[in-house]
Amino acid sequence: MDVAIVGVGLHPFGRTASMSGLEQGAAAVRSALADAGTDFKAMQFAFGGSQDSGNADSLVNLLGLTGLQFTNVANGCATGGSSLNAAYSAIKSGQYDVGLVVGFDKHARGAFNPKPKDWGLDDWYGETGLMLTTQYFGMKIQRYMHDHGISRETLIRVAEKAYRNGSLTPTAWRKTALSWEEIDNAPMVSEPLNKYMFCSPAEGGCALVVCRSDIAHRFHPKPIYLKTAVVRSRNYGSFEVFSPSQPPEVADSPTVNASTAAFELAGVGPGDIDVAQLQDTEVGAEIMHMAENGFCAHGEQEQWLAEGATDINGRLPVNTDGGCLANGEPVGASGLRQVHEICIQLRGDAGERQVAGEPQVGYTHVYGAPGISGVNILTR
Amino acid sequence: MSEAKPLHEGLFTWPDPAAGLIGSRCLDCGEHAFPAQSSCRACSGQNTAPANLGSEGTLWTWTIQSFMPKAPYDTDETPETFTPYGVGYIELACGLKVESRLRENTPEQLRIGMPMTMELITVRQNGDGEELLTFQFCAAKESH
Repeated sequence: MDVAIVGVGLHPFGRTASMSGLEQGAAAVRSALADAGTDFKAMQFAFGGSQDSGNADSLVNLLGLTGLQFTNVANGCATGGSSLNAAYSAIKSGQYDVGLVVGFDKHARGAFNPKPKDWGLDDWYGETGLMLTTQYFGMKIQRYMHDHGISRETLIRVAEKAYRNGSLTPTAWRKTALSWEEIDNAPMVSEPLNKYMFCSPAEGGCALVVCRSDIAHRFHPKPIYLKTAVVRSRNYGSFEVFSPSQPPEVADSPTVNASTAAFELAGVGPGDIDVAQLQDTEVGAEIMHMAENGFCAHGEQEQWLAEGATDINGRLPVNTDGGCLANGEPVGASGLRQVHEICIQLRGDAGERQVAGEPQVGYTHVYGAPGISGVNILTR
Repeated sequence: MSEAKPLHEGLFTWPDPAAGLIGSRCLDCGEHAFPAQSSCRACSGQNTAPANLGSEGTLWTWTIQSFMPKAPYDTDETPETFTPYGVGYIELACGLKVESRLRENTPEQLRIGMPMTMELITVRQNGDGEELLTFQFCAAKESH
């Protein structure tokens, strides 16, 4: 039995002072249910998560105490990916016919401040100033630029594209395109990445209604099929955040494992993908993830970006809604926003940012601390 | 002169810091770890022993922390007195790469592959006026 996505809902990312994270999650669920033409009572199960806004199953207080199975998922930035993976299995196994995936969050301003003990580390690591995701991202792309000849110009091109796409996306947080000079001259955050090259922690919610494919048309005229949903954790030797030491040999990242498995399970290859969402918590991540997901060789990103290959009208449009850079990152919801955007693109409902030529196959990739990756492949 | 002691025991040799960082080595597969671990990340075994990792290496990658981190960062600095610091991975003789603060804090001073050496710095004073120390790396002098 295949799995279909028949409802998508977003409470736009950014800042909504008047609403808690939980309320933004509930708004996203209501929007997804309306999109699917159904109601909460019809939901047989839910998987959901948030990092900073409480237990996802508290949503039943706002949505209705219907007695459904509601499982909380906590997998850092890959929370959405893991929730969708669990929902995929719940339908695929025949256990349930229809259910809900939801993620939401409301983070404080500024960089995340994780606690060492939550990550199996002692306090000295945080107290001495090593517990920052921004440092890791700076160091990973610094080494990558050294090894694979990626230039600073390519970093700027990715940021330019993100805010340009954001300006075409009504639900984006950053809706103003930025010039080359504005990006180039922004204050440095963590060498070589400056302010406009990082996404910001944000607020928002996203939800999906998923069901057995044979009943999909009861809910929506244009179901999107989830061909596979894969989540992998890190290998010994992959270069990951919050690592006081790294082994001598650099191994493949969990993204490579998740991507390889997803292509195998879906029976398609990188060349079959018409539109992709690749985790872009900063511009270096998008660049590295292009290769780690198998779309190009390491180093080829330099040429791809120069040619505009990942623009909306390029040969592989990437992060058509502006990605994390233009939408910000409410951790629990972020991976689901990627799936939301792919569904909108495959339905042909993306308006000004619509990828031309009726895209058939879409791809999402999320990556998070401490080395976890989720990949979904979707078709119309 | 005030007393000094490590912020966290067991990261470097003390009171003679010259010997360098303390990690562990897996007696089954030979892989190293820092800080020392009782189990092995590579082979899942539980047969590890303390290992001296030395105090010299080369810079594998780097960045610069340009803003004062939020808690759990805990030094005597204020936003006014905060000084940016380098952060990098130092590739040691055993091949292990250790994450460390760097004394150098401008891009001009840092280059992948440059030789580095360990030193100790004060993180903050505790309530008894003792200096709490941690390790960092800095450019090695090319004297030998």
